[in-house]
Amino acid sequence: MARRSKPVELPLSRFEKARAQWRAELEAGPAAPGNSSNRSGLEVKPIYTPQNAGERDYMDALGFPGQFPMTRGIYASMHRGRTWTQRQLIGLGVPEDYNARLKSILAHGGSAVSLIPCNSVYRGYDADAVPPEILGTCGAIVNTVEDMEICLSGIPIGEISTALNDPSPFTLLALELAVAKRRGIAWDRIAGTSNQSDYLSHFVANHMFFRLALPGARRVLLDHIAFARRRLPQWNPISIVGQHMQQAGATPAEAMGLTLASAIQYANDCVARGWSPDQVLPRFTFFFDISISFFEEVAKFRAGRRIWARLTRERFGATDPRSWRFKFHGQTSGVDLTREQPLNNIARVTVQAMAGIFGGLQSLHTDAYDEVLSVPTEKAARIAISTQNILKEEAQLTDVIDPLGGSFYVEALTDQMETKILQVIDRIDAAGGMYAAVEAGLVQRICGDSALAFQEKVDSGAQTIVGINKYRVPDTQEPAREALRPPPKRKIEAQLKRLKRFKAERGRDSVARALSALGWAAASAEANVFEAVVEGACAGLTHGEICAKLREVYGFGTPLIVA
Amino acid sequence: MSLPGIDPPARILITKIGLDGHDRGSRVVAAFLRDAGMEVLYTPPWQEIGQVVRLAEEEDVDAIGISSLATDHLLVPKLLKALAKAGLGHLPVVVGGIVPDADEGKLKKAGVRHVFHPGASREEIVDVMARLAVEARAAKAKSLFG
Repeated sequence: MARRSKPVELPLSRFEKARAQWRAELEAGPAAPGNSSNRSGLEVKPIYTPQNAGERDYMDALGFPGQFPMTRGIYASMHRGRTWTQRQLIGLGVPEDYNARLKSILAHGGSAVSLIPCNSVYRGYDADAVPPEILGTCGAIVNTVEDMEICLSGIPIGEISTALNDPSPFTLLALELAVAKRRGIAWDRIAGTSNQSDYLSHFVANHMFFRLALPGARRVLLDHIAFARRRLPQWNPISIVGQHMQQAGATPAEAMGLTLASAIQYANDCVARGWSPDQVLPRFTFFFDISISFFEEVAKFRAGRRIWARLTRERFGATDPRSWRFKFHGQTSGVDLTREQPLNNIARVTVQAMAGIFGGLQSLHTDAYDEVLSVPTEKAARIAISTQNILKEEAQLTDVIDPLGGSFYVEALTDQMETKILQVIDRIDAAGGMYAAVEAGLVQRICGDSALAFQEKVDSGAQTIVGINKYRVPDTQEPAREALRPPPKRKIEAQLKRLKRFKAERGRDSVARALSALGWAAASAEANVFEAVVEGACAGLTHGEICAKLREVYGFGTPLIVA
Repeated sequence: MSLPGIDPPARILITKIGLDGHDRGSRVVAAFLRDAGMEVLYTPPWQEIGQVVRLAEEEDVDAIGISSLATDHLLVPKLLKALAKAGLGHLPVVVGGIVPDADEGKLKKAGVRHVFHPGASREEIVDVMARLAVEARAAKAKSLFG
């Protein structure tokens, strides 16, 4: 018998043996279905183990909620204590329509006011300056203090927080303050957020909110922050919007990186005004898109939270823990919704919302399933808020803080997303900061390129979208899709009449004085422009008049289109 | 690359009228058409109807694509009337974006040749635009020489 030398067998650990066996079985079986990379372009492995965790120090990387680096949440109790604010975007029709919908949403579980104005308002015009066909079709018509009074009729604005979707010069807040003054409510009780104060994101990605040329928008925002610091202790004057860039095509990692780069720009601008970081950073809030790429979104938020805590402490020297807190509102992504088989959108929104909840958000808007068809119908709006009620109160999602923390996959992905996000911030830093990068068109190109790349994945079938590139149902077999109809003509006519009467009945002298004071403030380097806007609103200036006056000084501005 | 029957390549105006500024869709569509060999004239949002008519005329386009995400499609019948008045009634106009079912019929009745909804594929968009451009070229040749 020939003697065979025994092969040297390295002692395999149980882990390695089991892994080798698993790999062999995996490779022998059917190919693992699904994506091998996520939307941010990160490779996704079929399994994650302690090996992927690397040499992570728990306290450095994660720690406890409410403590640096805040990865697991910005408050000690997170959703166990205070869940999230149910802040549904609401905006439609004439002021009476808006008020009725607002009351219905609040009655069904909404816990905050949000106001989406009509597109004419977004663009800086009064109702009498645009084609009547499109008035009130995409938001509420609010031009005057009287309109705002009706919008907020029966709403205790001294007690409930308000999110105003209104960019520079923040006329809606000025009108709300005018309403508060009429009702005898002290301004220090007015709480909420200027939801669209991030003019850089408007210039890049959502031109709908673009009202003033960049330098004017920059100036008015800083005056707005100064005014809030002095007069509105419960108001968050700045919300940095990642949602626009992600909706415009940026990947989740790009959107987070660009948003943090914008926040750095705004923080630098505040510091240049002479404020210390700890005086302003606690008022910074964020607003993000939540796509259906579930784990990627959870990791995006966890990574963003950690980066913000480190960045505010290390780069800006903030020592107040409130400056490190990454407070954010999430909105489920409309781009993921389909017009085909629209009820499927309820399932999509549920997954998106869960990603935001596990990501640790402070406030949430869930899209109505029919948002891809029109401004939501009443029925769809109620289902959207019920989705939040179910997630919050039935599903026991809020029992444990950061429940996905510690998952081998989620922690590895959080680290990888963090690296990707930091690369985006570095790129913007190298371009001279966000303001310069936006002026140069760099950010527009990033969003546009990623939008095209995603569309190509959909067209090639690499990214499945149910009802679009798979599981299609012929259009003829679909039930009728209800959509909200524009307000009837008579309502628009009555609204136009109301505006005409308002303008005729105001004190002519005080209006003229307020208008010239506004022009003077805008042209002067010392005055506070936003204060003049507030005084103008109280004196009876309309939204269109305020915007027109500021455009005389700052220019209209056209966004840079990088096609 | 030139499409069958079209030389020089089709010229398409991609624009937005009204008040909305969302332009992800129009940018992606413009890229699709360029990739397919067409010449695309692309404008910023908020074009006045008069500006669109003038551009269409001066640039001698073969078709117009209006992108609408926030009810600006309700202004398209006005655009069609203005085009007809300027002697450009033969120019095919298409709309892409969010158009409720109830409005699609109205737009078609007013003369809109095609409505692209969210989810429309590259193939569908390129095919329809190429076909409409060929037709428009033929109609123009006929009116000039026929």
